[in-house]
Amino acid sequence: MSRKVVITGMGWITPLGHDVLTVWDALLKGQCGMGAVERFDARSFRTNFASQVKGFNLKNFMPAGDAESHADATMSSKFALAAARQAVRQAGLDKSGSFNPRRFGIYLGAGEGAMDFANYSASHLAGWNEQTRRVEGKPFAQAALQRLTVPCETEQEPNLTVSHVAWDLGIRGPASNCMTACAASTQAIGEALELIRRGDADVMLAGGAHSMIHPLGMTGFIRLTAMSQRRDDPQTAARPFDATRDGFVMGEGAAMVVLESEDHAKARGATPLAEVAGYGSTADAFRITDIAPEHRGAQESIKAALRQAGVDPREPGAGGRSSVHYFCAHGTGTKENDKLETAAVKAVFGPLAPSVPFSSVKSMLGHLIQAAGAAGAIVCVQAIRTGWVPPTINLHHPDPLCDLDHVPNVARDLNPVGGVRVCLNNSAGFGGQNDTICIRAV
Amino acid sequence: MARSVVITGLGVVSPFGAGAAAFWQGLVEGKSAVVPITRFDPSGFACRLGGEVTGFSAKDSVPKHYRKAVKVMARDIELAVGAAKEACEDAKLVTRGTLAEDSTDPTTYPGARMGCHIGAGLISAESDELTAAFATARGEDGAVDLSAWGSRGMENLTPLWMLKYLPNMLACHVTIIHGCEGPSNTITCAEASGLLSVAESARVIERGAADICFSGSAESKLSLMGMVRTQYAGRLGTAGTGEATSGGQCVKAFDPAGACGAPAEGGAILILEEAASAARRGVPVYARISGTGAGHSARRPYEGDGQPDLGLQAAIENALDDAGLTPADIDALVLMGTGVAGIDLAEAGAVSAVFGAKAATLPVVTLGAAIGNTMAGNASLLAAAGALCVRHQRVPARLNAGSPVLAGAKGDSAAMKIKHVLVATSSLGGQNAAAVLSDPGLQ
Repeated sequence: MSRKVVITGMGWITPLGHDVLTVWDALLKGQCGMGAVERFDARSFRTNFASQVKGFNLKNFMPAGDAESHADATMSSKFALAAARQAVRQAGLDKSGSFNPRRFGIYLGAGEGAMDFANYSASHLAGWNEQTRRVEGKPFAQAALQRLTVPCETEQEPNLTVSHVAWDLGIRGPASNCMTACAASTQAIGEALELIRRGDADVMLAGGAHSMIHPLGMTGFIRLTAMSQRRDDPQTAARPFDATRDGFVMGEGAAMVVLESEDHAKARGATPLAEVAGYGSTADAFRITDIAPEHRGAQESIKAALRQAGVDPREPGAGGRSSVHYFCAHGTGTKENDKLETAAVKAVFGPLAPSVPFSSVKSMLGHLIQAAGAAGAIVCVQAIRTGWVPPTINLHHPDPLCDLDHVPNVARDLNPVGGVRVCLNNSAGFGGQNDTICIRAV
Repeated sequence: MARSVVITGLGVVSPFGAGAAAFWQGLVEGKSAVVPITRFDPSGFACRLGGEVTGFSAKDSVPKHYRKAVKVMARDIELAVGAAKEACEDAKLVTRGTLAEDSTDPTTYPGARMGCHIGAGLISAESDELTAAFATARGEDGAVDLSAWGSRGMENLTPLWMLKYLPNMLACHVTIIHGCEGPSNTITCAEASGLLSVAESARVIERGAADICFSGSAESKLSLMGMVRTQYAGRLGTAGTGEATSGGQCVKAFDPAGACGAPAEGGAILILEEAASAARRGVPVYARISGTGAGHSARRPYEGDGQPDLGLQAAIENALDDAGLTPADIDALVLMGTGVAGIDLAEAGAVSAVFGAKAATLPVVTLGAAIGNTMAGNASLLAAAGALCVRHQRVPARLNAGSPVLAGAKGDSAAMKIKHVLVATSSLGGQNAAAVLSDPGLQ
């Protein structure tokens, strides 16, 4: 008999704010976090804009002495620390002695940190031999060991975000970090769910953190032509499901949830915010660049999540609407993703697909990359708690191939039709990973 | 009735060469593949020895129609793809990767029942390719001018440049080659990545989400930036600067005097399979995975202070609990043993806390002196070594040059009764993992 798992705390740092309610309010108002890149001089970059976290200071989330301990951490690790503090506070797990450290685990989908581009490139050029077109070891080593610093290089290791958060919170249970590109933090929540069900932990902090707003991060996506190049109008550049969409807009941030067995939450008097009722994970096994036809991998991960939750996507619920009341889309705004994600939803829900509100918050937040999935999970919990679903903004010219209910431009109050009780949160990553979780009212 | 999980295939690419047989033979014979680095000129680094893989080509490891894709594989990916091919053949699996492209023959398992969990590290971009592009964007001061980089420099990188270096590309290429459409993940927890991946595969099979998984990890630290990062992570010393010409002479695992680790490249893929299903196929079983555990050190990151690692202790105790065993049941230990005292003594302290006086008598298998530290590739190589110990009922030779605190003194390979071996590792970031591998004949 598997253990029921609930969410008891949430926190996020996003380009639209630094706490759950502020960001939720902005999403319902259709606000947008995009603007010119401020972290470095990106003026000549084909994509010179992004959705950036603004005005962030770790000291606003913990005592100054604690924040000082994490001074070397990357910015995305700091986002993670702040989001984690919010989540454990809401869950009531922020006091020493409020949990058993060995039964409290962590599973993140966090990314690598920003490199020291100036010194990294200078070290490489110091070893460059124009004749052989190779970097020579000795001059490289001499420059690199002098220019690059231990904290900056080591903090880039992708597991260091977990290390900082676990150290800050005193977590000694199972700890892991996964990097399945844009699917990572949905997968982290899913695997954390399974660890609790198996009995390996009572409580798991799960989520993601990422920032790729640095020269080589932006370079990589520009070369892949995956990002919008609407340089003249960043605020409307992210156009998921719109016929004029031309790619995603890079975002950054962190999103964390506290998962725990329902029994454990009850025993300590914590308030469950929602249940994580199902998880599905698949691989396309198709191509490293393209999504499989009909997004068959996503179809299977959606079906698997629904199967675990005991929800039949073809069975109408009350009032004839789908029994899934909100679908938080991956919805990146690339030509391929939005078309195929729509096809997958149609294939899974059949005739009921048009009755599933299916929006993309990436139109407002930008793409938080590895943190995107966990941000979607929080959106689902808020939808359940308020009965409102956020819009897809910048959707004025619907693509005929994206013809479902994408909640265009204006948030919607679903309370008159019975509110929101069952949500799906869907993610997909470069390389073909698909992850879906089902979040349900308690 | 819980589904149990067994290991039915092994693939290894290590500094001993391609193949699990070469790996085991090197360990049994007590050789060290940690030798002077030839991949690049290491004379600007304090450490000059490393475990390089030679005589391995990823082109030989992929189906003919997939050879073009090797161009977008970083070294780490090539190592994983190579190990996966051997593991697949060793487990007598028919996948679409083992069949001709136009074949309609059935595969052993349908794609949806095949998972893939391959741990990875922070993959370093190939220096020559990237620097050639940097060189086109120099400003007047000789440094890269961001304006020139944005407008023209980056155009010199192949459009798929980033996809060579995404950590999940190890697993992605393997899923594409072999048709694994089930759960797939990329755990990036430094040296613990491989064992955390094996544990996740085991859970996936146990809960019925797949029947078989490609599971393991790979990484190459034999690159210029790999050297910098491994040194900065406190994993290297001065191997090769003095008189020593091999890891066997200077890497002293679990020795308070240990000051020398060595960089390496390699990885292992294990085929994990649901036990009843493997029995139906009639394939030989290396070992049963009877328990897994994890735990976090929850201390200041990347400081090996020699104090007993409470996270590793938690991981080991969790694995023993999961297996329903006690320390008295364990016959041998397979541990990281980097050769750097601050790291190794923290591990030894955790082992001693769990095993008490028995810690001083249990045979210890370590790889640091034999092949060096691959970082993310490490723990899958440890798991492969553990599985081979159970298969051969033997522990490898011990190469330690010094006076280790655990029972790892120099000695020949020895036959012994091994019912249960404990594989455990700490990591750079404080994520720790452990697993108990058991004689499959035991119930």
